[in-house]
Order: sequence, then C-alpha cells, then structure tokens
Amino acid sequence: MRVIDVSEIRSVVTKLISRAAFTLPEDYLQALRNAQQNESNFIGRSVLDMLVENAQYAEAESIPTCQDTGMAIIYLEIGQDVHFTGGLLAESLDDAVRDGYRDLRKSVVDDPLLRQNTGDNTPPILHYSIVPGENVTISLLMKGFGAELMSRLRMLPAAAGVEGVKEFVLETVEHAGPNACPPVIVGVGLGSTFDGVAELAKKALLRPLGASNPKTHLEQLERELLEAVNTLDVGPQGFGGQFTALAVHVNSMPTHIAALPVAVNLNCSAPRRATVTI
Amino acid sequence: MRDRIPVRLPVQANTLEDLRSGDMVSLTGRIYGARDAAHKRLVEAIDAGQQLPIDLNNQTIYYVGPAPARAGHVIGPAGPTTSGRMDVYTVPLLQLGVKVLIGKGYRAREVKEALLEHRSVYLAAVGGAAALLARHITASKVIAYEDLGPEAIHELMIADFPCIVVHDIYGGDAYTRQD
Repeated sequence: MRVIDVSEIRSVVTKLISRAAFTLPEDYLQALRNAQQNESNFIGRSVLDMLVENAQYAEAESIPTCQDTGMAIIYLEIGQDVHFTGGLLAESLDDAVRDGYRDLRKSVVDDPLLRQNTGDNTPPILHYSIVPGENVTISLLMKGFGAELMSRLRMLPAAAGVEGVKEFVLETVEHAGPNACPPVIVGVGLGSTFDGVAELAKKALLRPLGASNPKTHLEQLERELLEAVNTLDVGPQGFGGQFTALAVHVNSMPTHIAALPVAVNLNCSAPRRATVTI
Repeated sequence: MRDRIPVRLPVQANTLEDLRSGDMVSLTGRIYGARDAAHKRLVEAIDAGQQLPIDLNNQTIYYVGPAPARAGHVIGPAGPTTSGRMDVYTVPLLQLGVKVLIGKGYRAREVKEALLEHRSVYLAAVGGAAALLARHITASKVIAYEDLGPEAIHELMIADFPCIVVHDIYGGDAYTRQD
C-alpha cells in the first residue's frame, strides 16, 4: 500500500492549472503549425498565424492563452493500493482550483438560474476511477465554454449505423461554425448510456493529437470524419478554408441493443489540457 | 478582400462605407468593452427610460470579459466572447447609434437586419488569440457598472487592433456557413 498526503495532490493540480493555462500542448502546436503551412484560405491563414504567435507570446509571458480559462475538469485514476491521508481528497482539489485560478478569470456561477459567481472558480468537475497499482494519474481539462456551448448529444436508434453517426458529427461542427473557435478538436463518444456517452466524448479530448483509436474500424472512422469535417469549408474562425478541425477522436463503449448513443464535445483553438502521474 | 485597413474609432462620417465583408482591419482609438451582464443592464435602463451611463452614439462595443492583468500589463488576455449571446440586447443599442460591434460567431437575423438599417458593422476578433489581442490594448478603465466586476463596462484604448469585417453596411457576410 502506498500512502499519499492530499497536500501533494493539491500542489500537483495547482501547478497543472498554471501550466495548462499558459502553455498549449506541444502535439497541438505541431498540428497548428502544420495547418498554418498548408491552409490556402487567406483569412484562414492569417488566423492561424495569430494563433501560433499567441501561443508563443502567452508562454513567454506566463499569461493565459485565452481569457476564458474555463471550468476545471479533473480526472483521477487512482491505483487501488493507494491510501490518501491528511484530509479529504475532494477538498484538496477544491483548494487546488482556488490556488491555481487566483490570477485567472473566475468563470463559474454557483447556480445555473441564480448565477452568483463563486469567486474562486470552484467547484471543479471530478471524475474518479479505480485502476490496478499504486499510482495516481491526474488529467486536467480547462474547458472554455465557447466550444462547450456548441457541443451536442443524440440518442440515435441502433439502425442509424455509422452513417447516422457521421451525419450527426458533421451537422454539429457545421452548426457550431465560428462560435466554437475553429480549428476545433472533435471529441466523439459512441455507445454506453445517456450520461456515459457524454463522458466518452469529453475524455476523447484528453488524447494527444496524432494518436488514433486502437480499434481499426474506429481509426478509419476518425480519418473519414476528419476528412469530411474539413470539406465543410468552415475554416479557421469560420471564414473558410480546409482546417475546420485539427483532429477527430472517437471513443466507444458497449451499449444497449436498442441504441446508438452519440455525443460530440468540441474543443476550441486554445485546448488547455495536462496530465501527470504521481 | 484587403489586409490591414486602418480604421480610427469612434468612427468618422464615411469610414464604414469603405469596408467590405472579408476585409481585414486594424483599429485604433476608443472602444467600450461590455458583455452579458452589462448588456442586460443597459437594455433594462433603456426600457425604463433612464439615462445611460455612457453616450453610445457612434461608439464601438467589444464583447469581452478580460482575464485579470498581470503586474506591468494594462489588461489581462482579452479575446472576444461569443456574440450570439448579446443578440437579444443588440437592436436597441444599434437604435441608439452604436456603429461598430466586435465579437466572434454568428449573429441573429434581427441583428443583421438592424445592422443594415442603421448602417453599422459587425467585426470579428480572433477567438483564442487573447494574449496577443491584449497587446493592442493600451489603456483600460472601468467607466460604468463597477459592481459587475469583470463584466463591468470598460473604456479601452486600442492601437492596431486586428479584426475581420463579418457584416458590412451593405448586408455582406464573410462567414462561409450560416447559422
């Protein structure tokens, strides 16, 4: 058994928040530079130039890449031989968000209808899973809500098949247009249940760009969807071009005989994510 | 389509006649930063027949809720927020003479019609380029609704602030897809 003090979790997550706010992932920057070199639309190309320069400037100055540093979504994969001491794990995560967002914009309201700002960007959205071993892997998404607002879920009937899935994904990206801040990353969840499929789509956004789904038919679906999305001519920020999306990631789970649940969670051109194992 | 057309703000008499959808412009001068909560309050004041805290005639509104400023910076990262949320408040502001709107994303049909009717324009700033855009803001101060915190109305001085003309005064549209 391994004993981990929750103060360690707190300090690790606080650092992850700063890192993700100021520095875009290297795999994403590489995809952005590739788009910059290959985009033929004039405005699209200028937009990509600005996004690359913005990322470099934000990192050099240690300031956020985007003012909307979002809600913190924290995934903890906890080895089942780990024992936490020194306080409550959930409280340490609240504290980490409070510390990490001190100099960032506070974008969370306490109640969806009453809408009082919580003042410290708490609470984070937490997902726990128990895995073998004695490590803890913490992944963080700081999700801006321009793209979150344009994300959608549909409970398709089983008969809709792969064509139904493609149609829904394309429709979602097209409908989102400039609002989701393209070039986007498209997270697609397939299967599971109403709640489970949304989580699959969101978790697909944690995957580094360039990595494909290990299942052959889903890897092929990712390729076909990316190609189809990039013929929509939405382009960077919606002014046309072939880089509407930089990646499509599909995650799937078993589902019921009646249904083909599909969820599309979009991430914007400032994808804030970071992962660490302790 | 033209690149980096200089535009002084507040707009002068004929400036907007020259701009076409798809032009890239470079803005210099004074604008007002306001988002959801400030818009709601402005429109409630208009509906109640109250005097507004600022004169909106000929002015520019930028939909922005900046991040806090780092020491030595005038303002924190300050990119555009989604304009569509302001659609329900926009027509009365155009009626009061607002000439330039800056944000990102689609506008409602009634906003596009009102832009045409009042000969106003809608510009997009690049979402996700907030750190870079903040470099083009040379001064920032709260001038109304201070109690709204980051959603208060800010007076911003900008220099060579890059934007793209989405809707010009002739009903043009630079977005390739429609909402």
